Amino acid sequence: MHDRAVRRRRAVLVVLVAASLILLTAYFGESSDGRLHSVQRGALSVLSPIQEGASRVLKPFRDLFGWFGDTIDAKDERDKAIAERDALIKERAELLNRLRVAEQKAKLEQTNDARGWDKYAPVEARVITRAANSWYQRMSINKGSDDGVRRGDPVVNGAGLIGKVEETWGGGAAVTLITDPEFGTGGITSGGRENGSVMVAVGAPGDLLFEPVDPDARVRENELIYTAGTTSSREGLESRYPAAIPIGIVTRIDLGDGDLDKRIHVRPVADIKRTDVVQVLTEPHADLEDG
Amino acid sequence: MTVTPASVTRLTLFLLLGGIVQVSAVSQITVFGVSADLAPLLVASAGFIAGSVTGAIVGFSLGLFVDVNLSQTLGVTSLALVAVGYGTGRIRELRDPAHGLAPVAVGAVGTAVAAIIFTLLQFLLGVQAPVSLLLLREILLTIVLNTIIALPVFALMRRVLAPFLPDDPRRRRRRAYTTGGLSPISRA
Repeated sequence: MHDRAVRRRRAVLVVLVAASLILLTAYFGESSDGRLHSVQRGALSVLSPIQEGASRVLKPFRDLFGWFGDTIDAKDERDKAIAERDALIKERAELLNRLRVAEQKAKLEQTNDARGWDKYAPVEARVITRAANSWYQRMSINKGSDDGVRRGDPVVNGAGLIGKVEETWGGGAAVTLITDPEFGTGGITSGGRENGSVMVAVGAPGDLLFEPVDPDARVRENELIYTAGTTSSREGLESRYPAAIPIGIVTRIDLGDGDLDKRIHVRPVADIKRTDVVQVLTEPHADLEDG
Repeated sequence: MTVTPASVTRLTLFLLLGGIVQVSAVSQITVFGVSADLAPLLVASAGFIAGSVTGAIVGFSLGLFVDVNLSQTLGVTSLALVAVGYGTGRIRELRDPAHGLAPVAVGAVGTAVAAIIFTLLQFLLGVQAPVSLLLLREILLTIVLNTIIALPVFALMRRVLAPFLPDDPRRRRRRAYTTGGLSPISRA
């Protein structure tokens, strides 16, 4: 009897570990149009309406707890928190939430007017879910292929670039953030107009690195880095992103033994963790078509 | 745990709710720049309360749910959480810790094990990442946050599974004294 229980326990463990490894290997080895990816997209399209509902229902609680978290995080917000503590916490959280969403929307509209992003056919979307770990910097939004969102479309907020669309389904899309290890894009500095690539400083969550094409490039702290856009006139080599979308600000330059060892650290301009409303630029090459 | 359609349904619904709350709310609340992770806590509590087989199955299922939900590589979270569920179940089966704070320790260890396996798998999958202080800080803070919320999560899981668990002799003994039963001393 005891032996049978032990055998059953071990068999369950072996089967589950084997199933995980098979899934992992098959998923890792197939293309993004593979069978497991399709199953995942199908499941997501079923789950996303439920999650969107849950996200709305849980929003007041999230804001309530988020309020505590923000207070702990930011000492400089303490005075503001003290001034507002007389209000009912729940009511305050709800009001702050409305204000935050409205501000983000207003900023997005303002940015569209000021920077001319309207021509990229922005589609406004709400953030539904976010990954909790450092390895997958992803989130899902409530606009998908039904709204014209396609894989690879840039995602922005009022401050700058947030990421790109990784997967789409009917009513939603998965977004890979610029802080994801798999993310990379071309960038250009505001001061010296030095070209280079922006990638993630893997192992340092939230930190980006700028690698200039020219190792002797003169890059200074506090310089803005924005998307380079399409620089080649060859057809088929268009950049995924329109030009002049802010990516980040140079915060620190670590000098190594030589120019090749120099590490230029960049902080994203967009506050990714506190973004609730984003825009997907569904026509990122509109300016090229105009030209 | 007694496996019946009712117990499976109840556990599945609870895990589904937990998974949705994790990806829709908990992961978006940050304290010191990190958020808590309910998944290893739910799996550790299921294993600790219901045994290694249930723990492993719960770990696989919840891991798959998380991977599907966040467009992650399928199987990574499952593998990490199977280890957590099975391990915590074995702790219960071999040691049966009775201390009231045992869930806190089990929750912390479960979270740490999940984070370590997850990190190792990422290295094996080819992510070229140096182990920076920032990354270690993030993992440690997640463990601290999970340790803080471990007790309520375990209590919830116990409440969900209570009708399907065999009667605990310790609890039965305690109940006998408090409901007017004679203590062994007075009987002697």
